[in-house]
Amino acid sequence: MLNFELASPVEQTGRAAVSAPRAALVVLALIVILGLPFALSGYQTFQFSRVIIFAIALLGLNLLTGFNGQISLGHGAFFAIGGYASAILTAKLGVSYWATLPIAGLICFGAGFLFGFPALRLGGLYLALATFALALAVPQLLKFKPFDPWTGGVQGINLAKPQPPLHLPLTRDQWLYFLCLVVAAFLFWVAINLVNSRIGRAMVAIRDHPIAAEAMGVDTAIIKTTIFGLSAAYTGVAGALSTIAIGFVSPDSFGLFVSLSFVLGIVVGGLASIWGVVIGALFIEFVPNYADQLSDVFGESAKALPWAIYGLMVMVIMYAAPSGAAGVAKSLARGVEGLRRRTANDGDRRPAKSG
Amino acid sequence: MIALIHQILSGLAMGSIYACVALAIVMIYQATHLVNFAQGEMAMFSTYVAWAMIDAGMPYWAAFLLTLAFSFAMGMAIERFIIRQFDGAPVLTVVIVFISLLVIINSVAGWCFSYTIKSFDSPFPATSRFGQGFISPHEMGSIGVTLAALALVYVFFRFTPLGLAMRAAAQNPTSARLVGIRVGQMLAIGWGLAAAIGAVAGMMAAPIVYLDPNMMGGILLYGFAAALLGGIDNPWGAALGGFIVGVLENIAGAYLVGEEIKLTVALAIIVGVLVAKPSGLFGRAIVTRV
Amino acid sequence: MISRRTMLKASAATAAALTARPWPAFADNATGVTDTEIKIGQTMPYSGPASAYGVIGRVDAAYFKMINDQGGINGRKINLISLDDGYSPPKAVEQIRKLVEQEQVAFIFNSLGTPSNSAIRDYLNENKVPQLFVATGASKFGDPEHYPWTMGWQPNYRTEAAIFAKHILANKPAAKIGILYQNDDFGKDYLNGLKETLGDKNAGMVVKEVSYEVSEPTVDSQVITLQGSGADTFVIAATPKFAAQAFRKAYDVGWKPVEYVTNVSLSVGAVLKPAGLEKCVGAMTGDYGKEATDPKWKDDPGMNTWRDFMAKYMPGADTTDANAVYAYGVSATLVQVLKQCGADLSRERIMKEAANLKDLELPTTLPGIKINTSPTNFYPIRSMQLARFDGTTWELFGDVLTG
Repeated sequence: MLNFELASPVEQTGRAAVSAPRAALVVLALIVILGLPFALSGYQTFQFSRVIIFAIALLGLNLLTGFNGQISLGHGAFFAIGGYASAILTAKLGVSYWATLPIAGLICFGAGFLFGFPALRLGGLYLALATFALALAVPQLLKFKPFDPWTGGVQGINLAKPQPPLHLPLTRDQWLYFLCLVVAAFLFWVAINLVNSRIGRAMVAIRDHPIAAEAMGVDTAIIKTTIFGLSAAYTGVAGALSTIAIGFVSPDSFGLFVSLSFVLGIVVGGLASIWGVVIGALFIEFVPNYADQLSDVFGESAKALPWAIYGLMVMVIMYAAPSGAAGVAKSLARGVEGLRRRTANDGDRRPAKSG
Repeated sequence: MIALIHQILSGLAMGSIYACVALAIVMIYQATHLVNFAQGEMAMFSTYVAWAMIDAGMPYWAAFLLTLAFSFAMGMAIERFIIRQFDGAPVLTVVIVFISLLVIINSVAGWCFSYTIKSFDSPFPATSRFGQGFISPHEMGSIGVTLAALALVYVFFRFTPLGLAMRAAAQNPTSARLVGIRVGQMLAIGWGLAAAIGAVAGMMAAPIVYLDPNMMGGILLYGFAAALLGGIDNPWGAALGGFIVGVLENIAGAYLVGEEIKLTVALAIIVGVLVAKPSGLFGRAIVTRV
Repeated sequence: MISRRTMLKASAATAAALTARPWPAFADNATGVTDTEIKIGQTMPYSGPASAYGVIGRVDAAYFKMINDQGGINGRKINLISLDDGYSPPKAVEQIRKLVEQEQVAFIFNSLGTPSNSAIRDYLNENKVPQLFVATGASKFGDPEHYPWTMGWQPNYRTEAAIFAKHILANKPAAKIGILYQNDDFGKDYLNGLKETLGDKNAGMVVKEVSYEVSEPTVDSQVITLQGSGADTFVIAATPKFAAQAFRKAYDVGWKPVEYVTNVSLSVGAVLKPAGLEKCVGAMTGDYGKEATDPKWKDDPGMNTWRDFMAKYMPGADTTDANAVYAYGVSATLVQVLKQCGADLSRERIMKEAANLKDLELPTTLPGIKINTSPTNFYPIRSMQLARFDGTTWELFGDVLTG
């Protein structure tokens, strides 16, 4: 049985105390996020667009695995379905790129929902195995000959990059960034409301005590399949955005490692943490490049060693901070809070108020 | 008809390799309830070590045995120094550790031995009178070696005190400790054995699939399918599952769905088995008390 | 007070004085070029499923090091920045953007992989950055009309398949062809090239086409299927590992077809020997380069130049690897292009000279194979010669054919 030491999501995101330092932090964050594309070069803006896209994909996976306890090692499949849906709609059916997003989301919802049915019977490790097989099979399925006229087969599909709408003095990279940001904002808002709702509590109940939840009247089957569908939809929308950003899809874009990166991302960011996925996204986008630079130390022949360094870093993080960045943040917050309370109590004999 | 026989024989040969991998996976699963995703890479690395020894001039069977010893030590070391650190950690954490291990071993192998494919000679003669036109000597030898390894493992677990102790430790660690069995050591030995069996798979596979750091990926997937099909807690079922998967793969590819989506066949087997009969063909159904 | 006219005259004089400097005049304007260095970029699959080809990037770098040791080109050293893309198109796009926008390279050279090159082609053409000598034989990369900044190098797969098809039609018009092809751009290009040349009239000649995935352990099952289809001609459009398996299995199951193998997998050391030399006798291929382990080139001066290079600049590397010979040839071609550019290393000039190669011969290409490009021909190597394996070496026969 999965056993997560983290607090339930309600505890994490429920307290919206608008204290002065908190508000200042939020404003600062907003300034940074909105100002980024104007301060950075086109290439770097593109990288951060990728971070946002990954964050959306990770959020989807986290809803399923972190909040609902269903391990998926194959979410790259939904990333691929969303990506190809968007490409085919744009290239073959002439749909505008932004309209492909909700359609891709719906298609992936369906796919995820369908996969959710057999997934009901599988738990923990078995589901991990089944989804692992799914991740391995995806590139092959994408190359399936009968699908060729639609998918472009192994050659893939080339797409034109979206231009900013008229009158907006933005570069293409900046426009893409803001497009991703808006979509992400919406999806994050939905996710936060979801986990704070009754359904959110039901999800967590199913994760932690499935039998008790069932006994209490929670419709486990419907919730689990629906969440599978929703999680797939999120990752599918991310896939569609990724296609729009890169301008190209091919079966090789969706290998096993995409799926594995997603799992790494949510664990590094922190399971069952909405904001942790941002850290996870930053990790999977930038750390491989960083590992690349580190490996240069070993010389020319070590060109593939970055992955060893990357793997090692992940292992160390698993050992030192198994609850991911969110867990670290929580410990820090608790530490600061404890410190604050202690110093407050020193000059005050009244019992400490519960923080 | 002839083609069918060819497909079946060829399937049995590859199936013997899947059987070894499946056996290794099941051994670790039985002892720890964990699936070793890095099993393929460990086998691949062992095979490279064997190759290095043979390249340096050592005779084949000497290198073979030394490689088994090396793999055993490697398996024990990984269990003791890496896996044990995560004892009691959530399932997902351990899965990630395995995957990290997979990535690390793959990279290190590429760094040490480069990515150019190497040929790994078979110990068996290139041609022989038997089975001429139907099955190659290596394929026959591969099946033979696998069966021998399976038999040895069976004898070990069934008739030796150490084997008995290991089975006890896997089945009921607490009781085993009470009777004085060093459960931790049993775990390490289990890992060592599994690694050695994996090395056998690698060395039998390499002459067929040629040696390169990515050679075990597809084989690992079929190994999983085999282990699940046979019953993930039944070593012999898993081995039998390996042969079945090997034959099924070829027949499905040749006659049913086409060669293009053979990996999907593995996926279908895995999902199908898990949904219809999670305990596999020969496993025991696990009943959980509420 | 200085009058405006004086100012103008002074500026003109200064400008003239500056441009009359004896140094290369355009150095300041060309991206990635300084007085001492030309910076170029590439992406290579150093990790992932295609990592066996990573050696090409390493040999490229070693070749340029050799050139630099000899003084560089027109006094400039070549600085190759080679990044890993793991054979993943999104990663390739990211790395190429980094190379172009952050590293400000002059052009992209010899990037590997059809998917990766397909993904970056639009971007490079839009930004007018040369995408030179892409390391793939896909025919789509020689299209100057639509993609004037992209050029291939090796004979494209369709050309080779066409040469095979023509040979079959000429020598065995009643052949029953079975083809084994890799399920990717390489294999499919082959399949289509073969079928196109055979034409609708002869479409029935292909009795069975079977594919395989790179991730599969063996192609034994596929070979058995092909045998069962009654084919008597076997076209092997497979990469080295699988070609070796195909040769071996065909022999082991007692199938003796007329065999054609792609030149990607003609290596005696890396393919035929592992399969078993006696199992490959009679196979034919289309050759354009000298094969490193073929005894015929043991004392060939061109190959000895290559061997000396490998010994000095890639010590410990596998000298049976055909990729290393390939990389040497491509790098030598680039050096020729850069030499032809002389002082002007702007992107436009580089592209112009790349499209201006006349009868270039390399130490590693077969005698008679020449590299030619023009503004309308972006396929540098279009010629091949058929060769037959006699158990020890590839015996060339026939004329040099051009596809």
